[in-house]
Amino acid sequence: MNSADSRTPFHRSARILLLLVLLAAGALLTACNRGEPMAWRLTNVTGHMPDLDFKLTDDQGKTVTGKDFRGKAVLLFFGYTHCPDVCPLTLAQLHVAMQRLGPLADDARILFVSVDPARDTPEIMHAYVNAFDPRAVGLTGTSGDIEALAKRYRSAFTREPDKGDNNYNVSHSSAIYLFDRNGKARLLSTPANPQDDLVHDLSLLLETKS
Amino acid sequence: MMIRTLSLLAGLWLAGGTHATEADHIHASKAWIRLLPGNLPAGGFVVLENHGDQPASLRAASSSIYADVMLHKSSTTGGMGRMEMVDNLTIPANGKAELSPGGYHLMLMKASKPVNVGDTVKLSLQFSDGSTLNTDFIARPANTIDGAESPSGHEMDHSRH
Repeated sequence: MNSADSRTPFHRSARILLLLVLLAAGALLTACNRGEPMAWRLTNVTGHMPDLDFKLTDDQGKTVTGKDFRGKAVLLFFGYTHCPDVCPLTLAQLHVAMQRLGPLADDARILFVSVDPARDTPEIMHAYVNAFDPRAVGLTGTSGDIEALAKRYRSAFTREPDKGDNNYNVSHSSAIYLFDRNGKARLLSTPANPQDDLVHDLSLLLETKS
Repeated sequence: MMIRTLSLLAGLWLAGGTHATEADHIHASKAWIRLLPGNLPAGGFVVLENHGDQPASLRAASSSIYADVMLHKSSTTGGMGRMEMVDNLTIPANGKAELSPGGYHLMLMKASKPVNVGDTVKLSLQFSDGSTLNTDFIARPANTIDGAESPSGHEMDHSRH
């Protein structure tokens, strides 16, 4: 290589590009220093989804509403207890994420909403959620109430017909909805998101006091 | 005489080798069960390695404890969690297949007696040629992420039939 190479148009544009990259990096650093905007890693749905609102039966048999969870960060997802693989895996992953946050996670609640209320009684839900995490709450209710909540968050589920042996599968949305302490929908996580991202964003949500 | 007996035995062994079953070539490891409360179905997971030159195919499994065992596959494509029954799972020649959370698994239903964390449950894995492989599955708590990585690793005993 000789010195003439550095004067070719290619190298000039490369130098301009490098300058732009440095400027952009500087701007990002400034933004981080000011703490704005929040550096979310999950999908930000702030302002695009309705606040946490429902009226269902918890795993103690009590009627609870979305407002009962104000002051807590909420991780909401839909599933059913006869799901032997994906639902337990999601709950186990949420449990590990909560453990990684330490005492901070005591201000978070996992809300596991059954899309199979015919089989998921509060008693079954209670034993189920507590097998995963003490901060998990099982919610069940009438088919209508659950469908309304699923529709509210554009979450789909379809139930196979029961062939008479009470053994059927339910396909359901695998997304996890994250709400802040004010019940505002903030983030969407999927099983494909790395756990580090969930831990990172949940800790940001929890560090913000309502 | 001695040599003749040995060569006869070797001949028998070779002849036997050509009639080796699918199960003879399969090595099962990291076998565990995710226990769920009450009568809820449990998930069974295992890594199957095929040391043979022919593909093998897992067709079913059975257990003296669980009355119903089904081979299933979970998927979360398009944001939907689904579970479907599958007829078989191919273990490629000189390759492996994994039954792991979020993918292929055995759905274990109708336990005839309570299974507790730490228990060993023997499952008979059945292959397409009818051969079977008995494998010990360790029962793990519901909130286990990867049962194969648990610190209390057991040496597993496999017997072939």
